[in-house]
Amino acid sequence: MSDVTTTAAAERALDTAERALRLARVRAADAEVEVTVRQGTEALTRFATSFIHQNVASEVNHVLIRVALDGRNASTSVDGPADDDSLGRAIDNVIEAARIRPPDPDWPGLAPRASAPAVDHFDEATAAASPDERAARVGAFVDAAGGLETAGFCSSTTVQLAFANSAGQRLTGRGTAAEVDGIARTASADGSGRRTSVRLADLDGAVLGERAATKARAASDPTDLEPGTYEVVLEPNCVANILSFLLVHGFNGKAVEEGRSFARVGAEQFDQSISLRDDVTDSGTLGIPFDIEGTPKQPLDVVRGGVTRGLLHTRRTGRMAGSGSTGHAVEGGAAWGALGANLVLAGGDKTAEELISGVERGVLVTDFWYTRILDPRTQVVTGLTRNGVWLIEDGRVVRPVTNLRFTQSFVEALGPGAVRGISTNRELALAGWNSVYLVPSLHLAKWNFTGGARG
Amino acid sequence: MEDIAAQAVEAALAAGATYADARVMEIRTEAMSARNGVIEALDREERAGVGVRALIGSSWGFFSVPDDGSAAARRAGEQAAAVARASTLVPGVDLALAPEKAVTGHWSSDVREDPWAVGLAEKGDLLEGVTRAMREHGADLAEASHRIWDTRKWFVSSEGTRVDQHIVECGAAMSATAIGENETQRRSYPGIRGQYGTRGWELIRELDLPGNAPRIAAEARELLTADVCPSLDASDLILGSEQMALQIHESVGHATELDRILGWEAAFAGTSWLELPKLGSLRFGSELMNITADATLPGALGSFGYDDEGTPAHPVDIVRDGIWVGALSGRDSAALAGLERSGGAVRSEGFDRIPMVRMTNVGLLPGSDSLASMIEATDDGIFMDTNRSWSIDDKRLNFQFGCEIGWEIKGGKRGRLLKNPTYTAISPKFWGALDMLGGPDEWTFWGTPNCGKGQPQQIGHTGHPAVPARFRGIRVGVRG
Repeated sequence: MSDVTTTAAAERALDTAERALRLARVRAADAEVEVTVRQGTEALTRFATSFIHQNVASEVNHVLIRVALDGRNASTSVDGPADDDSLGRAIDNVIEAARIRPPDPDWPGLAPRASAPAVDHFDEATAAASPDERAARVGAFVDAAGGLETAGFCSSTTVQLAFANSAGQRLTGRGTAAEVDGIARTASADGSGRRTSVRLADLDGAVLGERAATKARAASDPTDLEPGTYEVVLEPNCVANILSFLLVHGFNGKAVEEGRSFARVGAEQFDQSISLRDDVTDSGTLGIPFDIEGTPKQPLDVVRGGVTRGLLHTRRTGRMAGSGSTGHAVEGGAAWGALGANLVLAGGDKTAEELISGVERGVLVTDFWYTRILDPRTQVVTGLTRNGVWLIEDGRVVRPVTNLRFTQSFVEALGPGAVRGISTNRELALAGWNSVYLVPSLHLAKWNFTGGARG
Repeated sequence: MEDIAAQAVEAALAAGATYADARVMEIRTEAMSARNGVIEALDREERAGVGVRALIGSSWGFFSVPDDGSAAARRAGEQAAAVARASTLVPGVDLALAPEKAVTGHWSSDVREDPWAVGLAEKGDLLEGVTRAMREHGADLAEASHRIWDTRKWFVSSEGTRVDQHIVECGAAMSATAIGENETQRRSYPGIRGQYGTRGWELIRELDLPGNAPRIAAEARELLTADVCPSLDASDLILGSEQMALQIHESVGHATELDRILGWEAAFAGTSWLELPKLGSLRFGSELMNITADATLPGALGSFGYDDEGTPAHPVDIVRDGIWVGALSGRDSAALAGLERSGGAVRSEGFDRIPMVRMTNVGLLPGSDSLASMIEATDDGIFMDTNRSWSIDDKRLNFQFGCEIGWEIKGGKRGRLLKNPTYTAISPKFWGALDMLGGPDEWTFWGTPNCGKGQPQQIGHTGHPAVPARFRGIRVGVRG
């Protein structure tokens, strides 16, 4: 359905950006202007009670325009026909808004000319994927669950991005992403199977359906576990969830500037086995190598050997910190700060089985659910387990347990001396906030379970 | 625009759909935010396009285009049918639609002061001013924002329904954060998410942000040195109406969504502890508990004239005298569950999202007490107000909620300030412990503008009429 496969598609997107730029400069010759054009297709085939119940696809044509007049800046976006009339009307509107609003004393100006890393997380076959191809993977997932009820989705997304600003910066990028994420259900438990890739062809519905069914059966007939402090083995989806909180409320330069963050650059805040990078160039990740301000994303050490090394910035927060942007501005993110990221947590030297064998008495957790922060400074978060939880004793999984609620500081959980093992294997996970996470499983020394889900 | 929608429907039917509907939508939004006396962002948005839903057998196919022209609409209709046909590769039982009489009509929300006619300078002055005031009264971080949504939509179905609506939504929020050695304390007004409704700028004037800015800043500062909420296995708990809105949203609203009950959201949002055979007999809470879903409430954020299937808005009883009696539903889920009629609770975020079951105005009917009388009647308890954190399991049974501020209640009087108040419970036990409810004078139509659901995720706007309430024997003060 998408034609985001050719140089011509990139040129069309860039032409739209250039045209919007010209329309703005005609109206306000002294304006600083930046334009981001996002085109493509988003498709998602959703199934529940073992049949496809919702199957959706959308064409995307999104034009984001920011105008600044002596630091008085405003943004507008258009989803719809990007003809001169539509764009001109939106530009008139945003110029009027910029003229009236007070100047921003921290306006950083526009991104200068710079090239982005040579990244092309793109697959032509995925860009051209049909609804039948997604349905076939769903069918394979359902069949492989061996009669268990199933639910989930298969998605494929294609994006062509173009950026142009009045300072001469021009960038284009493209990307694809495909994901199968589903559960199989017994009467007493759910199990999950998921995979994310740049290529739809990498996603084997049968393998994932079988994995979900195996987990569901193994998690069935759980019994309660007394709440308390336990060792835990957290599978990759849990680890991605932890990183999303550390990112938004911690390594985000705006949160640091406002005093809401725990992060202190140069301090040993994590176990020395923790090394975290933001790296869109990693071949295992997804994404476009520049942000909506046209700043290229260079690989960035966030934590190395347990020591906090770097923070993520937009142009505005980078100016306030005196460090410059790291290329992490997202649309609508002015109030939140830097968000878009490709976090890569260094893998360790253990298999999943070896992580479990190192646990004296602890809990193996597949997924977290409904995690919410109680205090950004302490990173105390409450949430629940989901899709399979087991008690481990003397290095062996001994029985499934009912879901548990936890209330736990995520910083303390990864603190010095707290990480007992990291898996070699890593998985790609999407955990919201425009971010992608390439993460291993972790064995942590302590996790505070504060209640059972059944009360 | 109705004709454009009609062409999309015709194209879907010609491509093999047994039923189709289409929405042409034009949406304008404005968002302004300020921090510490400076406008930080001013964003406007214009969106226009067509979304078409086509039914073949057991599945919906949906396709949208960011274009409201005739050719684009026909293409969307054809593609919606093609997507639905692909779904038949993994089929279920053929979907039926609960009967609904075809209607034609128009509805618009009541706006006394057009928010677009209020100058940006005035809006900016308001937000800058209140954030400066909060800084002057103790806030380290003072934030304020307003939002406007202006939606026009034209709906046509293959059964002959043709309706159009113009819905204006408006609201504002502000918060003061005080930063201590190893903690942050925050006070928000009017609530953590602000306050929003299907109203004009008059709502924001009524909120009186300037009149409340100094107070919440001082409270945030005071919380840094307050005692921590004690950990008790059982305490009498009084909740303010803003926290009650969140309590209703999470533990009643989502739990009574029929798509969740039927398992259609099992993999993501989750299911529900409620089982259909118990509809009409299950005790959800005490006899004081009366919950309705009513999209006809004037000015509430979940109000409209017709839902996104063209069903006219109408009130639905959800819990009556503590018994579970109704669900939030659409035409397909109602038919599958054997309900006589759709609850008229199907909406989509925009033209590019498939309509799905969403809360309308799910709220608690008022009782006969008041916050003052609850405090007076409580010998030993805790009063908590303004939501700070919320977490609930995938069956909507076990929850742990935190509030921004609390006060000890001793001998019928409000005592010392408490910080980091939290409470946790199992839903039917919690609602069963309800023994006092605020009266009609305290009935507030809270608006939640950020309810996430569905895949791809959609953000919904929901309303929650609420009053203060008292619960007996609740576990409080859960800490990590």
